[in-house]
Amino acid sequence: MRIALPLALGVTLGLLASVPAFAADTKRLAPKDVEFEFEGPFGTYDRGALQRGFQVYKEVCSACHGLDHVAFHNMSEEGGPGFSEAQAKAIASGYRIPAEPNDKGEIMDDKGTRLTRAGIMADYFPSPFPNEQAARASNGGALPPDLSMIVKAREGEAQYVYSILTGFHMTPPGGFKVTEGKYYNPYFEGWNISMPPPLTDKGVTYSDGTAATIDQQAHDVTTFLAWAADPHMEDRKRMGFGVLAFLVVLSGILFAAYRKVWKDAH
Amino acid sequence: MSGPSTYNPKSGFEKWIDARLPLPRLMHDTMQTFPTPRNLNIWYTFGGILTFCLMVQIVTGIVLAMHYVANAGLAFDSVEKIMRDVNYGWLMRFVHANGASMFFLAVYIHMFRGLYYGSYKAPREMIWILGVLIYLLMMATAFFGYVLPWGQMSFWGATVITNLFSAIPVVGGHIATWLWGDFAVGDATLNRFFSLHYLLPFIIAGVVGLHIWALHVPGNNNPLGIDVNSPQDTVPFHPYYTVKDAFYLCLFVILFAGFVFYAPDFFGNPDNYQPANPLVTPPDIVPEWYLLPFYAMLRSVPDKLMGVIVMGGAIVTLFLIPWLDTSPVRSCRFRPLMKQFFWGLVVVCVVLGYCGAQSVDAVKFGIPMVWVARIASLYYYGFFWVIMPLVGWFETPKPLPASIAQSVLGDSAAAAAE
Repeated sequence: MRIALPLALGVTLGLLASVPAFAADTKRLAPKDVEFEFEGPFGTYDRGALQRGFQVYKEVCSACHGLDHVAFHNMSEEGGPGFSEAQAKAIASGYRIPAEPNDKGEIMDDKGTRLTRAGIMADYFPSPFPNEQAARASNGGALPPDLSMIVKAREGEAQYVYSILTGFHMTPPGGFKVTEGKYYNPYFEGWNISMPPPLTDKGVTYSDGTAATIDQQAHDVTTFLAWAADPHMEDRKRMGFGVLAFLVVLSGILFAAYRKVWKDAH
Repeated sequence: MSGPSTYNPKSGFEKWIDARLPLPRLMHDTMQTFPTPRNLNIWYTFGGILTFCLMVQIVTGIVLAMHYVANAGLAFDSVEKIMRDVNYGWLMRFVHANGASMFFLAVYIHMFRGLYYGSYKAPREMIWILGVLIYLLMMATAFFGYVLPWGQMSFWGATVITNLFSAIPVVGGHIATWLWGDFAVGDATLNRFFSLHYLLPFIIAGVVGLHIWALHVPGNNNPLGIDVNSPQDTVPFHPYYTVKDAFYLCLFVILFAGFVFYAPDFFGNPDNYQPANPLVTPPDIVPEWYLLPFYAMLRSVPDKLMGVIVMGGAIVTLFLIPWLDTSPVRSCRFRPLMKQFFWGLVVVCVVLGYCGAQSVDAVKFGIPMVWVARIASLYYYGFFWVIMPLVGWFETPKPLPASIAQSVLGDSAAAAAE
């Protein structure tokens, strides 16, 4: 934080006059108008999509993107992907977690490799890189964002994430030069994205027989990430219905009382 | 109008208490028999709604503070922990975050109501001044609260707002450093903002007490803006206004719950779901919606110090309204000219809010928004400093009704009641 002192000051002083430096013609396109099962006041997450989406995250995204705020025990919790407790434990034990110091106080083995242990339910998804610098070094200087809140942290939410994932393989308009080492994606601000096209047709094999098109994978992993960002959504909507029903009845009663009390007063 | 107490202790216990701490007497006189004009409309229910909002914010805030960690390295994660792991933590946080917006929505309606019906005029100047003070404290509290999740918008909002103080000549830089407790917004800033965010609501509650006390001296103004002059003009607060306030409060809570359960991030900014990063400035730093009109005024002035003065002056002006309005008539119902200027002010405030949400160089419908903000700011100032005094002198008000009772019940009923 301290390295930023002069910068923070300088940047803010110039704020009144500052303007985003992007040329207007590389402004990101509006996200695709796709619909998800979890939208609307009664929408719930599609369990199949959540489980397939987890598979896409695990086999594709997790190579570069963390999921810091999601714990393995969340995978079997109500309103989530609907894995059984045994399945969630199996998912956890499939991950290697940096080990706590052993009884000699060591966290490295003799060869200097970091000791690890199998994941347990209380663990969170491990980060793909040990630190930000390592992440940048592996990604041409760009930092792959953590995906726990990606759906909430972007304007356009789920539609934005879906559009980014399906927005590759398009021909840039004449005159637009894709920056060296970057990829063209018009749904991304500035159109140059550091992420290579992550999804390929049949890039994953779904065990439930769903055809793994790019669109299908994008839909599934977006659903999974929407749940990761908002794990209590179903509970919230359910409670909201009860609360609103109660309030409507209560206001009916109060209205009747109000009319009765004021009958002769105006 | 508050008049002599009508409390009549019945049991021996009530008498014993009354002779030592007459709290039941106070409650009886202020919340039960208090004579209230019989013609108060829906816009007068927002005082009760605001009290409810303050209580909701304090209760949810205390629970959140049990789980929140005021540390620049841990704050963001602790808020996510509240959202994910704390039982009903998501509910507490969404009620608190949306509660702030609902609080401001209610306070703006309450203030415009006061303006329209001339509730700030003698003998109610003190009620108005205390009200503006509450509003100012609310803005400070909301600002401190918005910083606490330590997301991108929290951090950069705090940086922009605290930097405004550095515009003060000579000592500005020192003041900013003093506010930060460091040489930039950082851990020390977050800690003191948390401390102040916890303190100010209780000060607000205290000033609300004074606001209500001051209200109970002259009693409520009313949509006719004329004085109460007979018992027929009033009804006892309970049950007439308890039931009316309860009904409209319930409708308000339906709106509130709609946001909490079905659009909890409606008033939020996606950038605040990204942890604070002093090295990455968001493309647009936008305050919460309720501060946007002032933000628009600030940005409409090219000079930073002048911008700060214009913005601060907009709030200082509110304190002076009781003496800027020269009209002897309170209610805009009888002020045909003022009524139009009043609605102009409402529109201008909404326009300023819209401008505040745009980037500085935004051009909408071929018009640079900064110029719209300038003209709107000019109207805001003009309304209070020019229009209010002048219209009061030149306007011919419509004839006022003889009494509240006559206006509500009609001539014969009012006569029969007497």
